[in-house]
Formats: sequence, structure tokens, C-alpha cells
Amino acid sequence: MADQGIRKPVLELQNLSKKFVKRLDFAGKIAQKLGSNLRDEVVHAVDNVSLTINKGEVVSLVGESGCGKSTLGRMVSGILPQTSGDIFYEGQNIAAQSSEDARRTALKIQMIFQDPFASLNPRLRVRDIIGEAPKYHKLVTGAGLDAYLNDVMLRCGLDPDYKLRYPHQFSGGQRQRIGIARALAVQPDFIVCDEAVAALDVSIQAQVLNLFMQLRGELDLTYLFISHDLGVVEHISDRIVIMYLGRVVESAKTEELFAHPNHPYTQALLREIPRLETRHSDFTPIEGEIPSPLDPPQGCHFHPRCPFASDQCRSEVPILKEVSPGHHSACHLNEGS
Amino acid sequence: MSNSTPTLQVQNLQTQFFTKAGVVTAVDNVSFNVNRGEVLGLVGESGSGKTVTGFSILGLVDQPGKVTGGKILFKGEDLANYSEDQYRSIRGSRISMVFQDPMMTLNPVLRVDTQMIEAIRAHEKVSKAEAFTRARDALGQVGIPSPEERLRSYPHQFSGGMRQRVAFAIALLNKPDLIIADEPTTALDVTIQAQILFETQKLCRETGTSLVWITHDLTVVAGLADNICVMYAGKIVESGQVDTVLDTPKHPYTEGLIGSVPSRNKRGEPLTQIPGMTPSLLNLPAGCAFRMRCPYAIPICETEPKISRCEDGRLVRCHRVEETLSHG
Repeated sequence: MADQGIRKPVLELQNLSKKFVKRLDFAGKIAQKLGSNLRDEVVHAVDNVSLTINKGEVVSLVGESGCGKSTLGRMVSGILPQTSGDIFYEGQNIAAQSSEDARRTALKIQMIFQDPFASLNPRLRVRDIIGEAPKYHKLVTGAGLDAYLNDVMLRCGLDPDYKLRYPHQFSGGQRQRIGIARALAVQPDFIVCDEAVAALDVSIQAQVLNLFMQLRGELDLTYLFISHDLGVVEHISDRIVIMYLGRVVESAKTEELFAHPNHPYTQALLREIPRLETRHSDFTPIEGEIPSPLDPPQGCHFHPRCPFASDQCRSEVPILKEVSPGHHSACHLNEGS
Repeated sequence: MSNSTPTLQVQNLQTQFFTKAGVVTAVDNVSFNVNRGEVLGLVGESGSGKTVTGFSILGLVDQPGKVTGGKILFKGEDLANYSEDQYRSIRGSRISMVFQDPMMTLNPVLRVDTQMIEAIRAHEKVSKAEAFTRARDALGQVGIPSPEERLRSYPHQFSGGMRQRVAFAIALLNKPDLIIADEPTTALDVTIQAQILFETQKLCRETGTSLVWITHDLTVVAGLADNICVMYAGKIVESGQVDTVLDTPKHPYTEGLIGSVPSRNKRGEPLTQIPGMTPSLLNLPAGCAFRMRCPYAIPICETEPKISRCEDGRLVRCHRVEETLSHG
């Protein structure tokens, strides 16, 4: 949809990693001194991910629960610090920015959360939920706030008369709109949506997805859309990145990915999307489940579930390689041919 | 097949909740049949009454709710005549239920084997050893690897998908005639969902168990169900064979639901959406409950539409069933 040839990258992730470490407690440390093999528990939630997102693009991050997609989204939006690697926003390394610039960047990247019930403060009125940040950051004057709120709320399909209500007085779909309005109120350029429609009913989901697309056109937004629902992702994204246990296993343009999935994991995922057109189908599931990230398998993380796994897959980590223009995949099977 | 009586017949079921704010009719005049080995998909959005329908069948509706009308016939027997004790004896043995959240179904402080053996011995006089063997086989049946070891685990030691399989295994223990599954895969990943759908489908085919699958996700039902009932604001608005209903929906709500499934729409273009939202059951509009959101509404819709039967056997609750949607 977007003419990416001319557009510049707005966000670049370079070798981004996040480790969560559970340190040994005092008793554990003593046991370790005495020769037990207790160690710190380390989870590589995100492992060496590089990604470029162009202005105006919708990039979707897809994977099963526990694959690190939300952690990646949180690092992008600055909620979690990364363990290693760099995030560049409009060519500038966020970590190296002065605090003034860093704040400006933080405002430009906003996040919309999954649970519209947990992400809104139940004791604040809608006016304060949406208006607090723009007021603090002096994006509006006190006198102009009311008109500004009306504008933002209308844009998100909310009736400005509801300004004085509390979140519990709204339905799930409307709360999600409040969440969107809150993100938009600080005039961002880049939005991270973390499973933003997963908790909604189908008909409401359609309304919210339409809103996303409409806002993208009006405000020239760029989206990082995190989801496990390939049906939704197929509809809205320009490019899809598939993650498995913290690593990117495949990335390609949407049409390309759905037409020629390369990685066995992607192929299995695509086979399993339930569709309206398949009736009385024989479900053929992938064996097993996602392994524990505490103790990921050696080599290619997917090999225990992969029907094509060889000895090389069990020992060697495959690297992300270009299999056709713009289509990258990390699988040893591509090396032979 | 010798038994011609359907496993489950629900006739004009009405369930009401007597709240302080007024009487809420959560299930209104709902009728459907499920034959042996058949899968019925009960589809609707939150608040459409699909879960309460499932609870009503099992006699699980709590105060202030009450089944106030209609009949539920299980293998020809009217469940309304059952005492609480009789209900207990069929619940979990002849009819079982699988809930959305497996962590709520399983007792967190008991090992899985304790819970499963209890479920068997509550309904049958068998030795512990025999019950253990059956529990192990049931776990194996739903695709849990090394069931013997897993039986000795606690629910928190299982992942979400595994827990839901354990819940299914418990539902299957006494080889029920009917399973009511309430959004059992909604909280799960696609890959795990596919595994559970695969196992369920296999079981229904092998054992002749009937299944009522309650969900809001039309795409899941499309692949699994034989028949489908679409509920809106407590009423069934359209029901029939899966292919007829999904290929040529006749009720505007069904049409809207199908239209809002993303994969049905052209990429990048706005999704067809149903405007507005589900009305509160406390003050439903007079007449057709869907008319405020319906693109085809005309003045006659302010009166209650009757159910009409189409030539292809489906039932539709709409005034304009003859004329609308023939164009699409």
C-alpha cells in the first residue's frame, strides 16, 4: 500500500536483546559456594533481533505466547530497557540522546495495550486519562484543553459528552477507544499495538481495526502491530515478522509471506489459521508446544517440533538470510539448494 | 443408528435473571436439537446469552437467575423433572462441560490424578487402580505425552494448552453423551487451538459424543460444526447447517458477523462493520432487537419478528427474510 521506496526508515532495531535474570537468593549462593550446580535463571526473552520499520508502514509481529513479541514492543516504546543492542528513532540512537530529546522521542512512540480493563486507571475520569499527558507536556494550554479533548475524542469515535465519566461506565470496545485516544493525545508518529484487538468481540474488533486504518491515513502514523491472530494481521499489515522463542524466524511482505511461507514454523502457523471457508476440515496440528524459554533447545529453537529437522538443526543456530528480495528466513533447509 | 431421538432437544428455553434493576431475559425462546455425534456451534457476542444457555442445560444457573420456561430433553427425558440429586448424577457422567478458563475448572491444590479419580468414583463403583488406569488413558487420548507421569502433577505445572486438555480429559472420563464446551480455545494460541480442535473432532467421530461448542469465533465453528445457531440478545436469529448459514446468511446480523471476519475482506480496505454495539438486555428496543444496527430495518421491524423456515431447512428470525440479502 505504502510506497516504501521513497519512505525513510523511522525505527531501526539493531541486535536488540532482552534477558530477564532471576538471581540466586542467599541460600542459593551458599549452596553454589559449596559446589552445587545452582545458577542464576536467565530467560532470553528477545534474542538479537534486528528490524527496520519505514515511515507509514504497518509491521506485524506474530508468534505464540512466550515468544517475546510483547517484550520487544515494550522495549520499542521505552517501557523496558534493553539488555543489549540499539534502538534508532529517525536515525538517532535513543540511548545516546539528551534527556530533553529522549523525552520528545518517548512522546512520539506510544503504546496501546491489550486489556482495556487493566490499562485505564479506574479512579480517573476520561478527561484526565486522555488529558493528563498533553497538559503535562505543555502540548495544550489549560484553556485550550477542552477543545483539544473534544477533537481527540471525536477522532477516536467517542462522544465528547462522556468526558466526565469513569472507565467502568464504558464497554470493552469503547474503553479500547479511550486507550487509543490517550495514545493519540500526545501527537505520536509511531504506535505500538500490543494485542490491541484480541480482547474484543468480532464486530467491535472490526470497528477498532477500521479506526486504526483511518487514523493511519489521517495522521500518517506508523504501526508496530503485535498479535497472534494471523487473520487480523493478514488484513492490516504491509510486512509480517514471525518470532519464535525470542528470535525472528521469518520476515516478508504480507502477500509474499502468505503466498510463499519459507520457514517450517510459518508454514505450520498458516495452515492452522481457522478460516470461514474451511468446513468440516481435518485439523492437522503441529506437534508439541513452545518449549520453556528458560531452557530453550540447542541450535534452531524450532527443531523439536519441526518435521524436517536434521542434525545440523540440532546443533547450529540458523541465521536470517534473504531467500528472495525482501523475504528473510532463518532455516538451514535453505542452504542446500 | 438405532436411536432416532436426538441427544439433546432444547425447546423454547427461557432463562431470566431477577436483578434489582429489573428482569433480564438472558435466554429467550431458544430451541435447537443436537443429534448423536453431531457438533453444534452456538455463536454470539458477549452478552448474547450463549453461555447462559449452556449453564441452563446443565442446571447450573445460580440465583438470581432461573430457568423460567421451555423444556430441555436429554435423550428424550425432561431435565426439568430432575431433582438436584438426579442432576448431579448425570452432570459429569452423561453431560459434561468444559469452561473457558481451565485454571478455574481445576483445583489448584489437588494433583491431577486425585481430581480425575474423584470424578470417576463419584459416578461409578470402581477400584482406585482401575480409575487410575482410566484417567491415564483419558490423558493419553487428548494427546498429553507421558500421561503416567503427568497424572502426578499439579495444575500449575501444566501450560495453558495442557491444562485445557486436562479439562477435556476430565470431561471425557465417563464417556458422556454430550459435551458442552464454552469458549474452550479462546484463551489459547492458534497452534494449541488446532491441536485441541483436532483431538475433539477425532473423539466425536470415534465415540459418537455430541458436542455443543459455544464461541464468538465464526472461523473456529466453520471448520468444526455440522450445525450452527447464531444468537443475538438472548434469541437465536438464524440456525441451520453450517454451509447454508455461512455461505448465504439470511439474517442481517449473521451477514454482519461474517463480513467483519478480517480474512473475508480485501486487504487494506476497511472491514465491513456492524455499527453500534450490543444493546443492554435490560432495555431492549421493542420489536427486533437488532433493528437499531440493521442496515435493512424498516418500520415493520418495530414489531417482534417471527421465526420462519426457509426451503433449505434453516430458521431465520427476520421480517424481511424473503427480500433482503437476496442481492448479496
